[in-house]
Parts: sequence; structure tokens; C-alpha cells
Amino acid sequence: MTSRRTRALLDPVVEANPITLQILGVCSALAVTKTLATALVMSAAVIAVLTLSNASVSVLRHHMPRHVRLIVEITIVASLVITTDQIIKAFAYELSKQLSVFVGLIVTNCIIIGRAEAFAMKNPVHLSVLDGLGNGLGYAAVLVIVGATRELFGVGTLLGLEILPSAAEGGWYQPVTLMLLPPSAFFIIGFLIWGLRMWKPTQIEQPDYRIRPSTITESVR
Amino acid sequence: MSDTLNLFMRAAFVENMALSFFLGMCMFLAVSKRVETAFGLGIAVWVVQTITVPVNNLIYNAILKEHALAWAGLPDVDLSFLALISFIGVIAAMVQILEMVLDRYFPALFHALGIFLPLVTVNCAILGGSLFMVERSYRFGESVVYGVGTGFGWALAITALAAIRERLKYSDIPEGLQGAGITFIVAGLMSLSLITFSGIKIG
Repeated sequence: MTSRRTRALLDPVVEANPITLQILGVCSALAVTKTLATALVMSAAVIAVLTLSNASVSVLRHHMPRHVRLIVEITIVASLVITTDQIIKAFAYELSKQLSVFVGLIVTNCIIIGRAEAFAMKNPVHLSVLDGLGNGLGYAAVLVIVGATRELFGVGTLLGLEILPSAAEGGWYQPVTLMLLPPSAFFIIGFLIWGLRMWKPTQIEQPDYRIRPSTITESVR
Repeated sequence: MSDTLNLFMRAAFVENMALSFFLGMCMFLAVSKRVETAFGLGIAVWVVQTITVPVNNLIYNAILKEHALAWAGLPDVDLSFLALISFIGVIAAMVQILEMVLDRYFPALFHALGIFLPLVTVNCAILGGSLFMVERSYRFGESVVYGVGTGFGWALAITALAAIRERLKYSDIPEGLQGAGITFIVAGLMSLSLITFSGIKIG
């Protein structure tokens, strides 16, 4: 039983990461990673909403009629997100401006409904909470990696602290402006997936068509 | 007129929902394996976006905004925190109504879009469009143009990505990049190409 709990918590971090393997919740992962600070706040928000929504859905799972379960789930998630949004606005107003609409968009973040449907509807509360926490951590791990890379190479800072002194202020580092533009987020996640799948080859997707090895013989060449 | 055109160009290309704001990404990556299905989904998103953004605009300005309830004798009420939950409700309802109307009057189109319509409800591009509309305080006319523009941009992006992926099937891709990895990188290149639109201004 203990191993089941550990697995519910730790599997989603690397083995079944919501972003790199399940390809869920990618929207916000790409959009809020311009700086590490926004990535951290967003991760905290998603972890909180995901854990609580998994818990509530799991508590209510025997009382929801099947037909209206999506509406119930969406209502639970929306209420949690509104609360989170108001809390962020109250305690970190500047960051909430930078996060713009993306906190609100947690409602339609596929991870939340995906985990509620796939896990919380079928499992007891304690496992669902761990699953929510684990998936939230997996999401957070990717966000922090991407956010740190983009901020470090795009501006030369981490959390606003100068790490690589930029050329504009007399240092040696020439910031890569591309890192601050949207395409870099795609590239970083693409390469992250590549790296992860090289490390865990079981996650490699099989292609639709195999390319046959070249049949041209040495003599022809 | 040029304002309208500018707003449309901005919504469709410069601030493309999929490629510069990353909205609707889950679907963008999942349903872009074949051009036909991608096109069908794109049209569904376009239609829903065109309807929901203006409707949400009306609801927000008439009921939810601070001081908006003055006509009902409640000038101090601020319901804007309810925006999120009302928008998602409106979107779900709109999708449902659209589904019924299409089923009754345009069965051919209904069968073509069939499975995608319900999925559109949870597409972040739709909710995102409404939230951006609030954040930038668009008026009603602007919100119509914004809805049409963002929907068009999203449809264009997913169709283009699907076309590229159909060709990619026959190429020799390194093992770890197959599937998700290469799709992200292709989307990144597409997003890079959209940056070229950023200086465009008409009139």
C-alpha cells in the first residue's frame, strides 16, 4: 500500500510527467515561463488547485450522477481557481498582472479535468490527493526548468538577481533576446522531451512509418 | 475601418492565440495529425469563438462589471469575480446550443464537426479570448472583430501545423524526438515565422 502511495506521488514527476508524456496543460507551461518568479507562482497555483480539486472530486465521486459529472467537476475547479486568483491578486498584485489571464485559464487546463476524470473518479481520497500533488509537482518541475532557462539566458538574472552580468551594464554576457519571445518556449520543451526520452527510452513514441535503411550499395556510390 | 482591420490583423496574426499566447495547445498538439480533422476543429473553434466573445462581452458589461448593475438599482455591486464561472457557463451553453442548431438545420456540417464540438468547451483559446476581452476592456464592436480574428488565427495555425505533420510522417526523425518532441519544435518554428507580422500596421 505504501508503495502505491509513493507511486501515485512520484510517478507523475518523471515517469508519466503531465507535460512531457501526457501532453496535458501545455498552454500555461509555455506562456508563463518568461521569468522564474511567474513560473513559481503559477506552479504553486496549479499544485493547490489540482490537489484540492482531486480531493473534492474524490470525496464526491459516489454522489455524482454520471451525466452531470463534467459540470460538477468544472464548477469545483472554477470555484477553486477564482479563490486562488483572488488570493494571488491580494498578496502578489504585480505578479498577478504579469500572469494576466493565465491563472483564470487553469479552469480549462487539461491536467486538472484530466486527472479528475482519470484518477480521482476511481480512487479513494488519500491516493487522489497524492496523485494531484504528484502531477502538480511534475508540472512545476517542467515550468521551473523552462522558466529558469528563459530568464537566465534571456536577461541574465534568476528571480531578478543578476547571475550573468549583461553587456548593457558593463558585464560580459550578451542576452539572447529570442529566449524572451514565444518560440523559445516551444524549442526548450521540445528539447526537454528529447532529453527525457533519451534518458527513459520506454517513453519514445513509435513512428507511423519506418524509414528503411539505404539500399544503395558501396559500389554504386 | 482601418482600426477594425488593424484589430483583426493583430488578433489573427501578431497575437495568434495558438502560436504567441499558447492557448488551446493541448488540442493544437493532439488533433493535428490529419489536415481534414484539424480543419474541422479549426472551423468549430472559429464559430464558437465568434459567438462567445461578443456574448460574454454583453454579459460582462451589463451585469458583472463594477457599477454595471446601476440599472437594477444596485450601483455598488461588483460581481467581476464571477466572470470566470459565468464565462465557462456561457461557453458550455453556447456549444450545446450550437450543437442542437447544427443538428437540426445543417446535419452535414454537424456530422463533419460532430465529435469536436463538445471538445471545444475546454479549449483554452475560447476562454482565453473572453478573458483577454475583459482585460483589454474591448467595446462590443471590438469584441466581435476580436472574436472573429482570434478564431480565424487559431484555425489557420492548426491547419498549417497538420499539413506540416502529414509530411513529417515520412521523414527520418531522431528516436527521442518522434511524436511530441518534433511537434513542439515545428510549432516553435511556426511561431518564429509569425513574429515577422509584428510590425504590420494598416492605414
